[in-house]
Amino acid sequence: MGIDVHHITKRFGDFVALDDVSLSIPTGQLTALLGPSGGGKSTLLRIIAGLEEPDSGTVTIEGVDATALPPQRRNVGFVFQHYAAFKHLSVYRNVAFGLEIRKRPKDEIRTRVMELLELVHLEQFADRYPAQLSGGQRQRMALARALAVEPSVMLLDEPFGALDAQVRRELRDWLRRLHDEVHVTTVFVTHDQEEALEVSDEIVVINQGAVEQTGTPSALYDQPANEFVMRFLGPVTHLGGHLVRPHDIDISLTPEPATHAATVSRIQRVGFEVRVEARTADTTDADEVSIQLTRGLADRLDLAVGQQLWLRASHDASALDLTDTPALAVS
Amino acid sequence: MRLIVILYLSFLLVIPVSLIFWRTFSHGVAPVWHALQDPAMTSAFRVTGIVTGISVVIDTVFGVTISLLLVRYRFFGRRFLDAILDLPLAISPVVVGLALILVYGKYGWFGGFLERHGFQVIFALPGMVLATVFTSLPLVAREVMPVLEEIGVEQEQAARTLGAGPTQTFRRVTLPAIRWALAYGVVLSMARCLGEYGAVSVVSGRLVNKTQTLPLIVDQSFQNYDVTTAYTASFVLAAIAIASLVVISLLRPKERA
Repeated sequence: MGIDVHHITKRFGDFVALDDVSLSIPTGQLTALLGPSGGGKSTLLRIIAGLEEPDSGTVTIEGVDATALPPQRRNVGFVFQHYAAFKHLSVYRNVAFGLEIRKRPKDEIRTRVMELLELVHLEQFADRYPAQLSGGQRQRMALARALAVEPSVMLLDEPFGALDAQVRRELRDWLRRLHDEVHVTTVFVTHDQEEALEVSDEIVVINQGAVEQTGTPSALYDQPANEFVMRFLGPVTHLGGHLVRPHDIDISLTPEPATHAATVSRIQRVGFEVRVEARTADTTDADEVSIQLTRGLADRLDLAVGQQLWLRASHDASALDLTDTPALAVS
Repeated sequence: MRLIVILYLSFLLVIPVSLIFWRTFSHGVAPVWHALQDPAMTSAFRVTGIVTGISVVIDTVFGVTISLLLVRYRFFGRRFLDAILDLPLAISPVVVGLALILVYGKYGWFGGFLERHGFQVIFALPGMVLATVFTSLPLVAREVMPVLEEIGVEQEQAARTLGAGPTQTFRRVTLPAIRWALAYGVVLSMARCLGEYGAVSVVSGRLVNKTQTLPLIVDQSFQNYDVTTAYTASFVLAAIAIASLVVISLLRPKERA
């Protein structure tokens, strides 16, 4: 149930946007399609909505094969990055659009639209036109409009991509709370790992037209399947031929077993965190090692540029052995 | 700079058109009223009305259809079609008239067949409509296309996901979005159709009381030194054109608010 995508391939000319992608999205959850721009995640979302046709493969929505259905018969709600507000209609009429198409009685439409406007905190803007709203308000209107027809799935294409950082953060929290109230199966596309980690129940990492990994935010963060996922989900640094998160490095001031000697080359304070750059003797680490630590710890260690340190990945850290690539494993 | 523009417009546009108005009423309203009652004039009104009416409808339907086709779809030969769409504006109307006679005339390669089946094109209304439509064809499309381009496809796609079929999407989303461009295109096309002279003069045969339009009357009565009729018909043509442009420019700014 939910959404099942089977062996979807889509090409635009010579460019392969999606290469034999199969995916299962569970009912009632908030799933993020995360990946770099041009990786195929928006194309996949548009194929689920029926706005784009796959070259091969099938899409099943809530058990119904939707591959051949036109978008208006798939019962999906779609939210666009640039809102796609009907400029000639008031906020009220925008939200009522889907219900008017379905020829619902006037009273029922009125009740439902007012209910939704309340849900998205736009009840006092019912008579305004989209041009009179801010970006965040327009996107909330677009959400209400999509929710009005009680879709079996909600699809959001970079819904906060056009908004500034402050509003983005607010809407993100708001979307999470809204989903906890409404429980409709929701898929949203984002290239912002922080957004995906914070909001979603499940993340699907998509890169170069293929699924790299699927899992809960913590599973992906703690056990990345490969270097790409590890790099994409957060900052990384090299230590002794391993890929490690900068906050997963232990520092000691005296030599200890299984540590790497390093010299501090730069210290930077950013608010409550301190970033330390250190150069190891190990030539396999081409760049400097970045270490992230709390201000309290940095103060206690009393670090200074030129100081000698011994570094080690924390014992519970998610580290990826770079020498253990599949190509080498075969040889 | 501004002075040059004002002078240029005055000598080219304002003074000649005002003189028409002035001359029309130089002997008061009575002769004008009389000229309007003339059977040749009333017939010309009727013919012009019918030809313009049908032509504008065809122009509008064609203009919207081809705009959607050229802007919303990618197909082989699209750029070529886009380029030849302007041909009617580039080609001399007299040539259009001659070409139509070659095809639909009594001895043309298609006209003979039609005439044997009781359908006369040349020297009759159908030919005049054809000629008028041909010369005014791209006007609606050229107004609508940039607006279609600008509004993009997302509103239409949003309508589709909300349950609207292609027809409902067009009626409820696309049409309201292009309505002002469309209205402007229709008015331009109407003005062009009303005033069409060259092509119509060739295909109509200028049969008095039958296929004579207002522009043809202007020319003919002027040649015959019947200046009152010529001025009156000119005045009517100019007045309709100005009135429709005024109406459009009054309606347009409201939309921007």
